[in-house]
Amino acid sequence: MENRAIVGSVSLTLTNIHRTFPGPVIAVDGVDLHIPAGQFLALLGPSGCGKSTLLRIIAGLDKPTTGTIQTNIPPPNQTPPLRYPEEADQPRKNPNSNGRSSIAYVFQDAHLLPWRNILRNVALPLELQGIDTAQRITAARDAIAQVGLSDFASHYPAQLSGGMRMRVSLARALVTQPNLLLLDEPFAALDEITRTQLDLQLRQLWQSRNMTVIFVTHSITEAAFLAERAIVFTRRPARIVIDHQIDLPKDRATNIRGEPNFARQTRILLEALEKGGA
Amino acid sequence: MKRFLNIILPPIVVFILVTILLEAIVRIFGIAPYLLPPPSQVFRAMIDRRDDLAQSLLSTTEAALTGFALSAVIGILIALLLSTSRLIQRAFYPYTVFFQTVPIVAVAPLMVIWFGFGLKSVAISALLASVFPVIANTLAGLLSTEPALRDLFKLYGASRTAILLKLKLPSALPNIITGLRIAAGLSVIGAIVGEFVAGVLERGAGLGITVLVARKNGKTADIFAAILVASFLGMMMLAFINLAGYFLLRRWHASEQDKD
Repeated sequence: MENRAIVGSVSLTLTNIHRTFPGPVIAVDGVDLHIPAGQFLALLGPSGCGKSTLLRIIAGLDKPTTGTIQTNIPPPNQTPPLRYPEEADQPRKNPNSNGRSSIAYVFQDAHLLPWRNILRNVALPLELQGIDTAQRITAARDAIAQVGLSDFASHYPAQLSGGMRMRVSLARALVTQPNLLLLDEPFAALDEITRTQLDLQLRQLWQSRNMTVIFVTHSITEAAFLAERAIVFTRRPARIVIDHQIDLPKDRATNIRGEPNFARQTRILLEALEKGGA
Repeated sequence: MKRFLNIILPPIVVFILVTILLEAIVRIFGIAPYLLPPPSQVFRAMIDRRDDLAQSLLSTTEAALTGFALSAVIGILIALLLSTSRLIQRAFYPYTVFFQTVPIVAVAPLMVIWFGFGLKSVAISALLASVFPVIANTLAGLLSTEPALRDLFKLYGASRTAILLKLKLPSALPNIITGLRIAAGLSVIGAIVGEFVAGVLERGAGLGITVLVARKNGKTADIFAAILVASFLGMMMLAFINLAGYFLLRRWHASEQDKD
């Protein structure tokens, strides 16, 4: 793939991250973490333990009370990394970009704009970044095809099922060709079958692209299936219990969940969760 | 067409039944026509005075529509202004309640002093009567944007203008339509009350004037005729807003979803 060389994925170093909300509620209590470029990382912990807060801090949607994050994402007002090979010799038409363009975020619910059809929902991030219409329509159609919803491009969110809406949300995150994809319990509200399908799809998308993925979940099997590495957190405030490299082959099919080695991985994570007071 | 009939038939049937019932009550109990004229007499009055009523309807419609349009524009603008900062909101919102609580009858004489008798004063009275629900509903809509969507826009570096035009205003659209729906009825009330105080006392100058003149002449049937025409105007304005709301929201909003 030619554009792999151009797209640089993101590495992050979190140093002593604390986040306290007024109350005071300590949500994150001293997290140190290095995430190498291109890793699929799962943040696993009981509901409401502060892992989502950590993800928001990584996204820049929230600020840590103390602590620092070092990344190789260009700081604001710098030219973001080139994403399309065909753009290489053109100046970037992106006056509004604040340099965060290479981060994408998927929320717990799909959070689509109900008044826009699927195509225009998926094109939204590019529209906000000032990419011209023709280009963003092409990119949006590509992203919609990647999640298998090409036939629904002109439908409205209200006409789709919950699982389809979540896939649209995923396509909207992928449309900017992010270097860092953050997902906050994205499939938690879906049924088991849909969730398994989407897990597989996400895993394949990660393998076909060079991007760093951080996935917040409270499901042990989901974390084990998806990630290369899982960080298990304690009940609030979030502290790291274990940092576990998941020992499974790179190519994973849905039925890997039935294999003995998979059970071994989930047991390790479960024990860590119990140790963390879940 | 069948759906249209389904919507329009039930209220028409009710109207006919109530008319027959009223006619019967008035005749059976022999109620004096100056107290409660039988519907037949009211319809007769409507036919006899059709030119005057049509002319009045036109005047009142002009005033109500002008007031309503001003309400929509001014109300939405005020709400936009209030939504820009919590401080502005805290400082000014209590004063917008003024529009809600001010008795139009008491303010209308001021309109006469400032703008004279006629359309201008009557339209402003319609505006004053109808602007508050537009402000309150629009503001509620603008302030209740989903936090996750705001985060999404922030993440992609959206400008304030983009957030306003592509997120806040469309999110607020169902609330804006609710506000306009309430304002439509109130603007007709505001116009008629305005006419009582600030209208020009001549034939066809407005439904409020028709009522005033009819009362002076003791023609109760004419009052009922004017009331009927006035409520017809209110219903037409409401129907128009509902139709606009349906076409704007049908593809995405729950309130219009089950009507398809």
